[in-house]
Amino acid sequence: MSYKIYQVNEALREFVPREVIDLEERATWGNPKRGVMDLPYAKELIEEHSLCAGCPESMAFRYILASLPNPEDTIIVNSTGCTSLVFPHIALHTVHSLFGNQNAVASGIKRVLEWRFPEKVKDVVVLAGDGAIVDIGLDCTLHSFFRQEKITTICFDNEVYANTGGQESGSTVKGHVFKMAPKGKQYEKVPMWQLAIDAGCHYVARLTVSSPKRVEQVVKKAIYVAREVGPTYIHLYTPCILEIGLNSDDGLEEARARDKERFAFFEYATPEAQEVINRKKEEGLL
Amino acid sequence: MAQVSTEKVIYNRAGQRVVSPDYLLFEAPRTKHFMTGSEVVKEAVKRSSVDASVSYPITPQSEAAHLIGELWVEGYVGVYFRGESEFGVMSELAGCAMAGARCITTTSGPGTLRAMENFPMWAGTRIPIQLVLMARGINSPLSIQPDNLEVSFLLDTGCMIWYAENAQDLFDMIIAGFVVAEKPEVHVPLITVVDGFFVSHTREAVMLPPDDIALPPYDPYKAPMPVIDAEVPPGRFLRDPFVMKSNYISYATHASWQFEVRAAIERSRPYARHYLRGLIEEFGDPEAEIVFVACGTAAAQSKEAVRLLEDEGIKAKVVKLKTIRPFPVEELINATKNAKTIFVPEFNVVGWLEREVRRYLYKRSDADIIGTPRVAGGMTMPPEVIVKEVLKILGKEVKHVI
Repeated sequence: MSYKIYQVNEALREFVPREVIDLEERATWGNPKRGVMDLPYAKELIEEHSLCAGCPESMAFRYILASLPNPEDTIIVNSTGCTSLVFPHIALHTVHSLFGNQNAVASGIKRVLEWRFPEKVKDVVVLAGDGAIVDIGLDCTLHSFFRQEKITTICFDNEVYANTGGQESGSTVKGHVFKMAPKGKQYEKVPMWQLAIDAGCHYVARLTVSSPKRVEQVVKKAIYVAREVGPTYIHLYTPCILEIGLNSDDGLEEARARDKERFAFFEYATPEAQEVINRKKEEGLL
Repeated sequence: MAQVSTEKVIYNRAGQRVVSPDYLLFEAPRTKHFMTGSEVVKEAVKRSSVDASVSYPITPQSEAAHLIGELWVEGYVGVYFRGESEFGVMSELAGCAMAGARCITTTSGPGTLRAMENFPMWAGTRIPIQLVLMARGINSPLSIQPDNLEVSFLLDTGCMIWYAENAQDLFDMIIAGFVVAEKPEVHVPLITVVDGFFVSHTREAVMLPPDDIALPPYDPYKAPMPVIDAEVPPGRFLRDPFVMKSNYISYATHASWQFEVRAAIERSRPYARHYLRGLIEEFGDPEAEIVFVACGTAAAQSKEAVRLLEDEGIKAKVVKLKTIRPFPVEELINATKNAKTIFVPEFNVVGWLEREVRRYLYKRSDADIIGTPRVAGGMTMPPEVIVKEVLKILGKEVKHVI
């Protein structure tokens, strides 16, 4: 469709909350060059957020939503966890169905939308935590990659089950002590970005949210490649400051510290993906 | 239920002429074919303007799933692929349905339980997916044989449940199923059950309408929930923020949502009565005091038992339940008014249908309700076994010893 679906019915305008009218009037629609630089000026597609104060995941949400090149035709599929508390606050079409089935649901949506609207570009993006993507939903995640589904998967890795109170996850670093790992985790952090490459993703990136501009670039590349080539995967460090004992203003420093070690920026693209990225750069879209 | 105008001929994407459900089910000329239950699934899907199907192998439903794949190759189905597991398949299909597709899939036995978490999600999401369940029983020990224990786990998922007796029933139910499940005031999933092997693998005579006509395509914009296609203002399948909060509005919302799913099943009754020609079918002496209440193959075998009992001079009848959810309460009460003894023959060890019959006839019937005979794990239910049970319980001489 177009951003017209966000236009307020004139007869109802006086009853509609201000934030909905702002969405129509001040959000960036129909402009693929939108990005994080719009954040101070435009209405964001996320209305506040329901996460803890200073949660780096909220930064990730804001940067990603500001960077979607085609928000008016973007479907976001999420899963259970802290992220699922945020989805009702997002202005776009979002789906929550079960814990761990996000890439399966996204596959179905993408295939049917391609079939129903062959002439239109409809982006399908999965946003989910490490528990959903790496543990309980790993089979759905990897099989969507094997099947070459044209979707973008973004993992918010906080290295722990945060929403349930801080239990070890597959993404936890070996030796870290969490609930259900009272002696410390006994095995290595699952290298999901590497699994994504092996499973057939055409563009893979691993990074923290310390640089908004970098998040924007990565998100745009991943979505453009997914549209034309096949699955893409972004692994984002979004630490749970509560569970690792930090204050609400420590999130950014924590991200910067990890930039220098296990979340050092890493990017991978297949030749087909690189061709898309180069073309989009020439078009001024990256 | 109005027939599509004959002045303006409409075709679906596969090039079939679109006709009204009533025409397709009741009026179109039919010809006789000799087919298995799996093959009639293909024939029904071919005439149902299906948009999407996702499959996964498990005996005995695999052949039906292969044949839907052939329809995809032939252009009758829009989207088709093999998923990674039944859990994945049912989630992939949920995505297809949310994006506005008419969907069907098939599964059996353990696959049903692997997929289980999805069924209440389908219902709560109000997506009218049709699942053809070719019942086989569940582990352990491993068995691939006919048994319908898995149905007992599905009774409270918020899905409608219909039960086909034979291939003809299955064909008509699949087509009628889309029509009823997609009514805006219903719009919940449908599980169409059929006994594995007994129906899926048995060839029998079926009457089919021509294959160049089909149901009107699904219109997702009539759904009670916004379709997830970015063509309409957003629908949020987590619904509203308060659903995820700990307060009384949140609790009340969650509770009323679940009541509404059940109410939607109730609202399917008049449509199911019309398109299935009644929620029950009666066979035998209408005034009989011996009544078999059964579904599927157990109903078919009970009909044979009624014939044998007639030879013994004993009047009996069968009340075949075509729908389990909604449960045909009023129909069953009326049909068992004269009953002194109600037998509930079943293909499982727990007697889930007996439990249902007892529940709904409690204080509404003076008849003895007896859950017998009960076979499982692949055993057959010869009519002689049913007759033997009846004679034994009635204190009569048992002549039919097998």
